[in-house]
Amino acid sequence: MDTVDTIKQQIESNAILLYMKGTPKFPQCGFSSQTVQNLMNCGERFAFVNILEHPDIRAELPKYANWPTFPQLWINGELIGGCDIITELSQTGELAEMVSAAVPAEADAE
Amino acid sequence: MDTTAQKLLESVLLPLKVIHHQLDNDSHKHSGSATDSHYNLVLVSQEFEGLGLVKRHQQVYALVGALMSNPIHALALHCYTPDQWQARQAKMPPTAPCMGGS
Repeated sequence: MDTVDTIKQQIESNAILLYMKGTPKFPQCGFSSQTVQNLMNCGERFAFVNILEHPDIRAELPKYANWPTFPQLWINGELIGGCDIITELSQTGELAEMVSAAVPAEADAE
Repeated sequence: MDTTAQKLLESVLLPLKVIHHQLDNDSHKHSGSATDSHYNLVLVSQEFEGLGLVKRHQQVYALVGALMSNPIHALALHCYTPDQWQARQAKMPPTAPCMGGS
């Protein structure tokens, strides 16, 4: 599978997906750190990809997304933004709304 | 003002009809020897009206183009309409601290 297909599959199969530098526990960049903190504050589970471990995704995703930097938060297949946008959405409370609306239905049904 | 900052502003101010801007060079807060790698930019323009945040940033990135891979490593962007900027009482948001690494 080529890298773009991998990216498409990741975006399609994860309702909330964060491409970041490092991991939620050990972010490797201040912008990724701030973004993951805002996302964790929403209290829902989310998927992440550490792009430092995936140089192919790090190279391809900016072209695919028309977005040159990381982190990138994707919700339901749509790019929501990078650090600045997520911080802003977090402050207005919109991020929490988007995240809870995105939680897959099967998780609610359990 | 350093030349990267100048190029950055030249690429966006006229095309986006920016009525107010603020540019901070945050490079000194970050690891590495570069002095023109990290910027925090506020742009205020009527052109942003009706556009989502992602679209606003994409417009800016498209104009800034080649600078984004080299020498700029990080560009914190805050794109407001004149009304939004006024509602913020013209305050520029702070940027995230760097943690070294890549």
